[in-house]
Amino acid sequence: MRTQYEQEDIRSAFDRLVDKIASSFSDQQPLSIIGILTRGEVLAERLKIRLKAKGFSQISRGVLDITLYRDDLSQAGGKAFVRPTEIDIDITGQPLLLVDDVIFTGRSIRAALGALLDFGRPSLVRVAVLADRGGRELPIQPDFVGLTLRDVPPDHRVNVRLTETDGRDEIVVEPRS
Amino acid sequence: MSKPTSRWRRKHLLTLEELSADELRFIIDTADSFREVSKRSVKKVPALRGRVVVNAFFEDSTRTRTSFALAAQRLSADVIEFSEKGSSVSKGETLVDTARNIEAMGVDVIVVRHPAAGAADLLARSVQCSIVNAGDGAHEHPTQGLLDVYTIRERFGHIEGLKVAIVGDIVNSRVARSNLWALKKLGAEVILVGPPTLLPNVFEKLGARVVHDFDSIIGELDVINMLRVQFERVKSSAFPSVREFSRFFGLTVERFERCKKDVFIMHPGPMNRGIEISSTIADGKQSGILQQVTNGLAVRMAALYLVTQSG
Repeated sequence: MRTQYEQEDIRSAFDRLVDKIASSFSDQQPLSIIGILTRGEVLAERLKIRLKAKGFSQISRGVLDITLYRDDLSQAGGKAFVRPTEIDIDITGQPLLLVDDVIFTGRSIRAALGALLDFGRPSLVRVAVLADRGGRELPIQPDFVGLTLRDVPPDHRVNVRLTETDGRDEIVVEPRS
Repeated sequence: MSKPTSRWRRKHLLTLEELSADELRFIIDTADSFREVSKRSVKKVPALRGRVVVNAFFEDSTRTRTSFALAAQRLSADVIEFSEKGSSVSKGETLVDTARNIEAMGVDVIVVRHPAAGAADLLARSVQCSIVNAGDGAHEHPTQGLLDVYTIRERFGHIEGLKVAIVGDIVNSRVARSNLWALKKLGAEVILVGPPTLLPNVFEKLGARVVHDFDSIIGELDVINMLRVQFERVKSSAFPSVREFSRFFGLTVERFERCKKDVFIMHPGPMNRGIEISSTIADGKQSGILQQVTNGLAVRMAALYLVTQSG
């Protein structure tokens, strides 16, 4: 099975995501948007631009590398390249939006929550993803979803490609190679 | 940052001589990512939680030993300090037996410093766990070489094309050898400086320029790495008097004034102020000496992390 979502699908999914987020937070309050590397970083930057255009004036952005917090590190076999985390802002006492491209088992979000708590204590944490493919292994659910992919077989990958990192916007669901 | 093309596959970190330029860059890039951990409010990540790192030092050390212990703790590993003094080594146990016994308690990494060249390599062939060489005789001190090239790259943005002098007792220095390998592979020109008794011309075969007159090249250098005068060797006939050494090979203010304006000064420590390096220079703006120590922690975190991830 191979399914493809093109630029137009992603644009409307992202628009939905922006609207949901904008209506859930106050534009008069500070909001930290933290993207999980690699593509969560790109999405966090896009969200920041869109929310600013909607009148959110106190948005700060950070980048989180969760490699060192993963529970499957020993199985990664040296593939796990550690990249710099950049959270220069004080996240304590402020609402925080965690952004990733796809949610699957929920383990990435679990790792990200562990990492975030080492930086401070946000007043609340919400999770936004571009696509939810189901298949959760932990009791973790996203708060904001752009696109819900139903019945993705467990042996398939959901590859999100974004213009900034991959030259074009698309989501391809295909068997693992 | 772009994704590196190579990946780390080694279970041990024994020498820099055996590493490729890509592997050297991979460790330095990883170290660069780890540096941020030390700036957090909680200076710890769970990457090595449940792993055990043993610091086995058969020679005196302050900074390397502390740096490895702190690096392991920042990765959440448990750390055991092993010293030769007061251990069964003084009862005659061999190095390999000591290591095998430590390993039998279920350790993941042994960080070893030993006065004999090849000690780390011997252990790597004798035990199942990972070995990190923290200095073996006059052979190599890989994490020092790595932190030195990392600090140089941080200062200049690149290594390639730089003229780097290593000055002092080269023949007895593992720091010089590890630096030489790393710098050559990353494209720097390495100039070794010292008296003929402490710097035989055979070092030219390793790809370095050998110079016995410090003053003749001082104006062309981008980096000057001053080695420690090893007093334990001063009494040997190969060593000139401390005063003579200081006069010809010490980094004095007078010499420093003839250097390039942006020359970068390094020293692996511990320093003998007023002998190989003047205090004004060591504490001055162009000194990277404390930055070397800061970067050493990140490099050791990277080394411990990478050797435990291979498999």
